Amino acid sequence: MDIYLLEAVLNGVMLGGLLALLALGLNLIFGVIDVVWICYAELVMGGMYAIYWLHAIYGWPFLLACAVAIALVALFGLVLHRLIIEPILGSAPINQLLATGGMLFFLQSFATLLFGTDFRNVGIRLPIIELGDIDLSFARLLAFITAIVGAGGLYLFLARTYLGTAIRAIAQDREIMGLMGVDPRRIYLITSAIGGGLAGLAACLLVLQYDVHPFIGLTFGPITFMICVLGGLGNMFGGVIAAFIMSQIISIVGYYFSVELSYVLAFVLFIVLILIRPRGILAR
Amino acid sequence: MTDRRIASGVGLAVLAALPFLLQPYFLHIAIQALLLGLIYTAWGFMGRFGLVSLGHGAFMGVGAYTSALLWNLYGVTPWLGIPAGMMLAVLLALIIGYPCFHLRIVGHYFALVTLALGQVVALLIIAARDVTGGSLGMTPRAVGTSLLAFQFQDRVQFYFIALALWLAVMGARAWASRGMRRAALEAIGEDETAAEAAGINVLREKLWVFVISAAVTAAGGSIFAQYIMYLNPETVSGVGVSLQIVFAAIAGGMYSALGPTVGALLTLSLTEGLRIFFGTSFVGAANTIYGILLILFIIFMPRGILGVVEAWLARAARPQPAPAE
Repeated sequence: MDIYLLEAVLNGVMLGGLLALLALGLNLIFGVIDVVWICYAELVMGGMYAIYWLHAIYGWPFLLACAVAIALVALFGLVLHRLIIEPILGSAPINQLLATGGMLFFLQSFATLLFGTDFRNVGIRLPIIELGDIDLSFARLLAFITAIVGAGGLYLFLARTYLGTAIRAIAQDREIMGLMGVDPRRIYLITSAIGGGLAGLAACLLVLQYDVHPFIGLTFGPITFMICVLGGLGNMFGGVIAAFIMSQIISIVGYYFSVELSYVLAFVLFIVLILIRPRGILAR
Repeated sequence: MTDRRIASGVGLAVLAALPFLLQPYFLHIAIQALLLGLIYTAWGFMGRFGLVSLGHGAFMGVGAYTSALLWNLYGVTPWLGIPAGMMLAVLLALIIGYPCFHLRIVGHYFALVTLALGQVVALLIIAARDVTGGSLGMTPRAVGTSLLAFQFQDRVQFYFIALALWLAVMGARAWASRGMRRAALEAIGEDETAAEAAGINVLREKLWVFVISAAVTAAGGSIFAQYIMYLNPETVSGVGVSLQIVFAAIAGGMYSALGPTVGALLTLSLTEGLRIFFGTSFVGAANTIYGILLILFIIFMPRGILGVVEAWLARAARPQPAPAE
């Protein structure tokens, strides 16, 4: 096997980890509240700016900056739900998507207003791991591991804790849960905060690999939605699998042809797959 | 009815007199408002029946690039290029729409499919940078004023072309959704299964709406590029454009005939107003306000500005007794 192709495949696996992590929080919200936060990648962008600001400008330790950023984005997720989603929870689902679309516009241009369109880098360079002739980025490996741990942790939380069980139950039947003594409002708020926190976590890892700029959300947003839908809503495992399928396509086609064509193929595949399996690739 | 006719007549007279009253700058805004207005109207044509597309930039891009590329590469007149772009857009709408509607892909699933479609078209335009200029954009080969090339340097001429097109689209909108068809479409928007049970061919009706919307959007995109004389994946295709279409149509009121055009006027005056008052240093300010407005509109007035005005007019008219025969 061609060594460069092998490198492309391995990089695809790493990218898959990152995409899986990105999809995790969105998947949770999509599955539980049945709302598409179309501005999800913009929350990640906000987290990246927070880390950049705290670490590169104010000189906070990187990990502390990350922790604060996760908390900030989680809070933002909570506020987003409380102020924007809650008042229109009863109207058509598409309205909620469009309202978060407004938030996307707002966050993007607000970031432009505050920070300009410059590309900003936190200035942390992690080492490159050499496996024989193959170069692997440590930052990508870190993202990959975090994604796997994050997905596993979220799975355990949903499967083993009372709160997690309540969240899963409400995803299955909204009306009944109220009668069972679970306050749906509270569960939605908690879910939104967790979703926001996961976006913050993704921001911590993305900031190590990419420069921050106001439009970075457009690079990752659409592919993240596709992954969530392909994986099946609320299906963490499916989301991870879908992320790896998409990332292999992007990586391998990108290697043979061009990056744009690889994304074109990924989106075309999404359209085809959603038509064949609208409930996700793992649906029975 | 007669009141309405008088209002339409006065409106038309004003529109016809406008180019002779306005300064060139405002005429420039008016032309853009008409062209964008007809694109937003095309989006609202399907949006009001619950078919929310987040990928209308794809149709705009297909229309604009098809006619511009045919002209630049092969010297084919836009008079043929524009219909060619419309046909491609229709084909695309059929390829996406048929399986989607057949398999009952609705709501935000449909929105996400169209979002992917928008991405595919924008990325293909960028990938074909050898002919399209990629992210740098391209200009249609300029030949001065020429009917054959669909290029008019005189703004007044272009204004009347834009006005004629806009009127044609408004007419088409009224024609395509009259009588039973409108009732059928509204029933589909409310409840597809019930509509199907009532004997409505849901698949055919939805495809019909999608195809018309795509074709008009392609034509609008193509003529808009012909007016601006510059095409860029960011300005005639892509997610940003698609979302702008959605915002403007909703803000103006997609359920009203003139709503999307009001939305176009609103967004244009917002952008231009902010640009004039704050200068270009205030980059992004317009979208900050767009964003907040979009959220507020969805929450507090989902029927848009004209929707609220119409409801208000209806309320004002109701207490009056019916005129005696």
